[in-house]
Amino acid sequence: MADIITLRYTVSPDDFTRAGEASSDVKNKLKQLGIAPPVIRKVSIALYEGEINMVIHAKGGEITVEVSPESIRMVLADVGPGIPDISLAMKEGYSTAPDEIRSLGFGAGMGLSNMKKYTDYMDIQTELGIGTTITMIVNVT
Amino acid sequence: MTLEDARRVLGARVLVGENCLDQEVGTVCGSDMMSDVLAFSKDHSILLTGLCNPQVIRTAEMLDIICIIFVRGKRPDDKTLEMARDTGLVIMETGHRMFSACGMLYEAGLRGGAI
Ligand SMILES: Nc1ncnc2c1ncn2[C@@H]1O[C@H](COP(=O)(O)OP(=O)(O)OP(=O)(O)O)[C@@H](O)[C@H]1O
Ligand SMILES: [Mg+2]
Repeated sequence: MADIITLRYTVSPDDFTRAGEASSDVKNKLKQLGIAPPVIRKVSIALYEGEINMVIHAKGGEITVEVSPESIRMVLADVGPGIPDISLAMKEGYSTAPDEIRSLGFGAGMGLSNMKKYTDYMDIQTELGIGTTITMIVNVT
Repeated sequence: MTLEDARRVLGARVLVGENCLDQEVGTVCGSDMMSDVLAFSKDHSILLTGLCNPQVIRTAEMLDIICIIFVRGKRPDDKTLEMARDTGLVIMETGHRMFSACGMLYEAGLRGGAI
């Protein structure tokens, strides 16, 4: 596997019940590629948290996943409100999710810190009123 | 302990995956907050929850959880059960409430796993 395989997804903001479809597809593709299960697990959890955030906090966007022999690189670009204070947002327990989201099982303020925990690299670029782009890398070896 | 053992302890009814009950289970996670499940759960475990939406299935899928048991008689809709079938999950329902169900499995020897 010398080449880089690129997977692209559009995340729809309208249907919460469909959130996670991209992460699910990535998980299946990584299995087919024979990536080690612990690596797949890290990618799945981090990507799913990010995908959910794109739906509940932003207005959807694009996910790009690049699979190379050395690493799996995920870029989640949304067209949401942006994050005013990244270090505050990263804190465990900090959440602006409304009660309606909490009744769906999300909004504990754990997602971003969980994404950091399960990846080897994470970068957040955000602009208020424009959107947020999160890049995460999980090393394969 | 196998899933069949856990089923018997809870008197649970299998909704999906009747033929996969011989799988070994190590740990249990009980929560209605998928956020918490994603942050703490171990793989090859059972998820006990009273939350009934498709994201419960997705969350279990991402974490390699092998079985979801819905407590206090909650039951997901057919579309959600179909998703579970596609994912290869075992789904059960029990009339017991969360606290009792956790206690019964704990007494039977299952643990939550270290954080
Ligand atoms: N893509 C995003 N666009 C805008 N704001 C975001 C985005 N992602 C996260 N945030 C902000 O950062 C906060 C913390 O995010 P985090 O994922 O850690 O928790 P949460 O989504 O609120 O709850 P959980 O992830 O536990 O379900 C959010 O409540 C929200 O205010
Ligand atoms: Mg989140």
